[in-house]
Order: sequence, then structure tokens, then C-alpha cells
Amino acid sequence: MPSMTEAVPLPWVLTLAGALFCVGLFGALSRRNTVGILLGIELMLNAVNINLIAFWRYLEPNVVAGQTFALFVITVAAAEAAVGLAMIIAIYRARQTVNADEVDSLRG
Amino acid sequence: MGQYQSPCLVLCMNTLITVLFLIFAALILTSAIMTVTVKNIVHAALWLISSFFGVGALYLLMEAEFLGVAQVLIYVGAVSILILFAIMLTRDLEGSQNRQLTPRWWIALIVPAALFGLLIVPTVMTHAWQLPPPPPAGQPPAISGAQQIGTAFMREYFLPFQVAAILLTVAMIGAIVIAFEERERRRRVLTLVEQVRLRQRQQQRQQPAPRPEPAATAVQTSEATGGET
Repeated sequence: MPSMTEAVPLPWVLTLAGALFCVGLFGALSRRNTVGILLGIELMLNAVNINLIAFWRYLEPNVVAGQTFALFVITVAAAEAAVGLAMIIAIYRARQTVNADEVDSLRG
Repeated sequence: MGQYQSPCLVLCMNTLITVLFLIFAALILTSAIMTVTVKNIVHAALWLISSFFGVGALYLLMEAEFLGVAQVLIYVGAVSILILFAIMLTRDLEGSQNRQLTPRWWIALIVPAALFGLLIVPTVMTHAWQLPPPPPAGQPPAISGAQQIGTAFMREYFLPFQVAAILLTVAMIGAIVIAFEERERRRRVLTLVEQVRLRQRQQQRQQPAPRPEPAATAVQTSEATGGET
């Protein structure tokens, strides 16, 4: 039965995940909008999940650890998105801005 | 199973899977690049949803059905809606004409590009991955599915499962507490009964009542207590 393990070599999938991670890292570093930073972080978390699933499928397909870890990553990502967006809303309410450069009260 | 034995069909299926993988990879990367570069933040969120869909399709291609469905449900269904709501609630007052990227964005471009070109690609390409041998022909490979995940959550991953549940609860309460507005600062929306009473009070204030004042207040208080109970 043909499957992805025979059709696509593992380094291709890992390269895709690495590229997605780097794109997300660029977004998290370069955006001024705090929501944009969160979008970049979500992309990075997705890249990590692709890596976990690829390693599970190619190296240990009969062990559930890969999928379980990916599910925990999704859980933490959902919690992170909820708290992060609540913080953005609180910051917006207090300072009328979502620009990360202007929220600098803690700058020394 | 017999039909898969012919080498031509296997080759066709492998080519199909390769083409599908390339299509999904192109979709994911294009959407991700649009997400981080597009000017309008609402469009960025919509491109992010497209990227999530591509990742979910990739999960399905890698035979992780449960993860693919969870990806669509959680990321596409919940997280992106949350992001869209946050964008709508925090509309930028200056409009979208101002710059979306930091002034030194080229440093932020160099770091991930160097990470990708100098570290990730050489490591991934040169490492000798010890892949397990393919299963014997005619025998399906042993792949853990949703049933095995459920069993694992109830057995060896029981404590992490509970911790994840507590984490979700704490995150939900924390998000409500952080985003909560104090009652005094909130613009109150009156109920219908309150609006009627307010109008009555305004009318009474405009035209002084012909009746003596104590009787009117007595009626009013009795109405108020009646309404409250």
C-alpha cells in the first residue's frame, strides 16, 4: 500500500517545517502590531507540530507519543492564544494602541 | 490489497502523493509568507486560516486523521475566530496607512534566513535518518490511530492529560479576568424595564406632579420594590 513514507522523503517534510518556522519567526520579530506577533507565533507552533507528526509517521508509527505531544502543543497554543489576545485587549483598553513599540512602560 | 501489487499503480499512487505534498507545501508556505508580509491585519488573519488548512491537509496525508480533524476544529474553528475578534475589538485608531513592519525589519529577515539556510537545511539534509524498514508487502503498516491515542490518554498520559485540562481552565479564567472591564467603566445597556422607569422619572421631573410629593414617592418606591421582588 503506497504511503507518504515511500513517496516523500523525510528531509522534504522537515525542510517544509523549518521554512514555516522561519517565516513565523520573521513575522514575530518584524511586525509592529501585537496581533501580528501572535500570528507569527501560531505559525511557529504549527511548524513544530508538523515536525512532531513527521517524526512520528516516519520513525515510530506504532508509538502514540508523537501524536500525543502534538495534541498537547495544540492545547497549549490554544491557551496561549486566549491569554495573549485578552492581554492585547486589556492593553488596547488602557493605552488605545496595539503597537508593540508604544507599549514601553518597563523600558529602563 | 491485490490491486496495489502492480508496480505501475504503486508508482502512480506515489507520484500522486508527491504532487499532493508539493501542492500542500506550496499552499502552506505561500499563505505563511502572505501572513507575515501583508499590510492589512485582517487579511493576514485570513491567510493564516488558509495556512492552517494546508497543515491540516498535510496531517491527513501523513495518516494522522485525528490530528487533522483537531487542527481544523481548534485552529481554524477557535483560534482564528478568537484572533479575528481581537482584531475587530482593537481597531487601530490611526488606520492602516502606517507601517506594519518595524524599522529594522531587515535584521528580523536576516536571522530566520540564516537559521534556515545555515542550520536547518544542512542538518536535515546531511543527517542519516534511521528509517524503520517498510512493512512486508501485502501487510498494512502498524499505525497508531485515534483509538490508541484515547487509550494512551487514559493510561500512560493520564497525568499530563489532567494537567492540560487544568491549564485550559486556568487560561480561560485568566483570559476573562484580564479582559474584564470594571463595572463602573463599562457603558451600561439598560433593560427594557429600566428604560421605562427612567422615562417615567424624566417625565415626572419635567412636569411637577399635581399630587402631593410624599404620595408620589411612596407609589414609586412600592413600584420599585415590587419590581425587584
